Amino acid sequence: MMTKPYFRTVYDVPREEYLAPGHGLCAGCTAGTIVKLLLKVTGPNTIVVNATGCVEVSTTPFPYTSWKVPWIHVAFENAAAVASGIESAIKVLKAKGIIDPTKRINIIALAGDGGTYDIGFQALSGMLERGHKVMYVLYDNEAYMNTGIQRSGGTPVYAWTTTTPVGKILKGKVQQKKPIAEIVAAHRIPYVATANPGYFADMMNKFKKGLEVEGPSFVHVIQPCTTGWKFDPRYGIVLARLATETGLWINWEQEEGQFRVTVTVPRRKHVKHYFELQGRFSHLTEEEIEAIQKEVDLEVDRINKLVGRTVIGPLVE
Amino acid sequence: MLKATWKRLPLSTNFAIAQAVKDSDVDVVSAYPITPQTTVVERISEFIANGELKAEMIHVESEHSAMSAAIGASALGARAFTATASQGLELMHELLHIASGLRLPIVMSVAARALSAPISIWGDYTDVMNVRDTSWITLIASTAQEAYDSVIQAYRIAEDPRVFLPVIVAYDGYAMSHTYEPVYVSEKSDAFKDYIPKNPQWYTLNPEKPLTMGSMASPEWYYEFKYQQVVAMKNAFGVVKEADEEYGKRYERKYGIIEEEGVDGSDVTFVTYGGIYGTLKESIEELRKKGEQIGLARIRLFRPFPSEIVADLAEKTKALVVLDRAITFGVNISGPVAREIISSLYARGIERNVYSFIIGVGQRTVTEKDIAAIYGKVKEMLGSHERQKESIYWGVRE
Repeated sequence: MMTKPYFRTVYDVPREEYLAPGHGLCAGCTAGTIVKLLLKVTGPNTIVVNATGCVEVSTTPFPYTSWKVPWIHVAFENAAAVASGIESAIKVLKAKGIIDPTKRINIIALAGDGGTYDIGFQALSGMLERGHKVMYVLYDNEAYMNTGIQRSGGTPVYAWTTTTPVGKILKGKVQQKKPIAEIVAAHRIPYVATANPGYFADMMNKFKKGLEVEGPSFVHVIQPCTTGWKFDPRYGIVLARLATETGLWINWEQEEGQFRVTVTVPRRKHVKHYFELQGRFSHLTEEEIEAIQKEVDLEVDRINKLVGRTVIGPLVE
Repeated sequence: MLKATWKRLPLSTNFAIAQAVKDSDVDVVSAYPITPQTTVVERISEFIANGELKAEMIHVESEHSAMSAAIGASALGARAFTATASQGLELMHELLHIASGLRLPIVMSVAARALSAPISIWGDYTDVMNVRDTSWITLIASTAQEAYDSVIQAYRIAEDPRVFLPVIVAYDGYAMSHTYEPVYVSEKSDAFKDYIPKNPQWYTLNPEKPLTMGSMASPEWYYEFKYQQVVAMKNAFGVVKEADEEYGKRYERKYGIIEEEGVDGSDVTFVTYGGIYGTLKESIEELRKKGEQIGLARIRLFRPFPSEIVADLAEKTKALVVLDRAITFGVNISGPVAREIISSLYARGIERNVYSFIIGVGQRTVTEKDIAAIYGKVKEMLGSHERQKESIYWGVRE
């Protein structure tokens, strides 16, 4: 187990860039930030398998590419299966002496919420069960943004999307967000974490740990989407931080079965601060916001009990 | 030149395929169980478990992932194999286009089986015909021996830089997959290492030489990618021929593109594919004894389709009877191979009567009596100069 963090401040972030500028992600998109920092952690000895999605289409319009590491896109639902094939191929070619057995090659499966919670879930579960040494990074913008903001299993309750419109009877998504990281953790793989680009050092440390374990790892990153969440592009990281400051998004990790919260929140903010910056929640009434606040309070209690001390503090503002 | 020494084993076609996978020194096998393919991967698992084949077996959770993992392995530069049938092939369908679009030399065996609904585990070729537009080279074997030899040839074809396309080796579900024949297999597993050397020349994922594979193509570019596949398919035709001839030189067995017999000067030539060719041969021999002038042909290469050879064949006979074990619904001539033959003749301006018969669907039994009766029916139509307007669904209860 890692005793001290690799990344503490911005000065610890490597200067080398492996995601070239000039890609077509929206201004203010935080997916680019996540991927850029991910590649700074992985370095060049890395193969990325990208599921269909915003990052895939925006970074590889032929004949251009933003990727300075080998990269492959196959389809929407199978990043984990393709990565399984790559990992097995490396293993056997090392055993046959065709690839230098001492060479470490990181394999990253990168997918959005649609490609993970929904259509890619079977392939993901299969990969975890088989124990391939792949780090799966989920960038979760909480809807099918690439096809134009349709609801996914990762969309939170009440959120407006084009398929969960705010009508006279139904107001946004009816169902809860699927607890994907916990479902992944139930596969009892060596490392599972949730992360937030607003806490970049924490996120990068988690990428680093995920790469170091022997076996599959999973890092679930919240990714504010200016287009789908409807906020001013300058607030991407502000919103990411607010998600954690309100207790809506808790940064935790589970390493060899040990659960811990990595970003403590001594003074918790009211969820209304998070909602008021986003158009997708603009239809919420005060009662509905209070109802969500109560649910968050319960979840915070559950987490504090699980950890055995107060890691997420009381509501103060 | 390394000559193989052979041992003669009683093998089902499934086991012959597994043996060929071992002798091709495949690196990664990813597969999911499906009847009637399953014994292929069972046997491969045994080879791996006994150390006879050094490969990684990925026990995937679906055929979709089987093909996805094969794509990943092949993209890394490994020799990849998978096997499937029927519903499994359909579940892979999306990825078949991607494997060929990425120009990855994967080899897959297909124990051809009927498609649901109603569910049937029995053989026909609807599954294989359904994937004809996926840009996979498709060989259809008619014996276990040919299946063994074809898998080995398939790696030579797929990995040829003029081709870089995946290959299907198909054969009859059950009638071949589960029946035993004597098969000559190599005594030594390295007998083919010069015929199919391990020297990946296709584009691969390598951190030393970073490459973007499977990028997005705008209308400005997409068409050219697809046209390159058209060219690769054209090239494949010559490469399949070369691979077979070279195999013949080295290992004294070859099959050609189309197997034919007694076509020259015949009144009628029967054309089919797969294991039914054996039944057909015996039936025709009986009819010939009665003085009938009948030719016989078997399509071994379905994609790329050997149009020129088919046209040459047609010129040597007066009429063609095509026996298809699949239906393409909603068209008058609904035998997939019959349609290919008609368009091949049209392109060369050859006027011949082509009679399309649908047989053996869902493994409805076809006996020598059926073949004799089909011949009788064809003679009748020829006698009255009748042009066939619609395929005949032989033996169906309407």
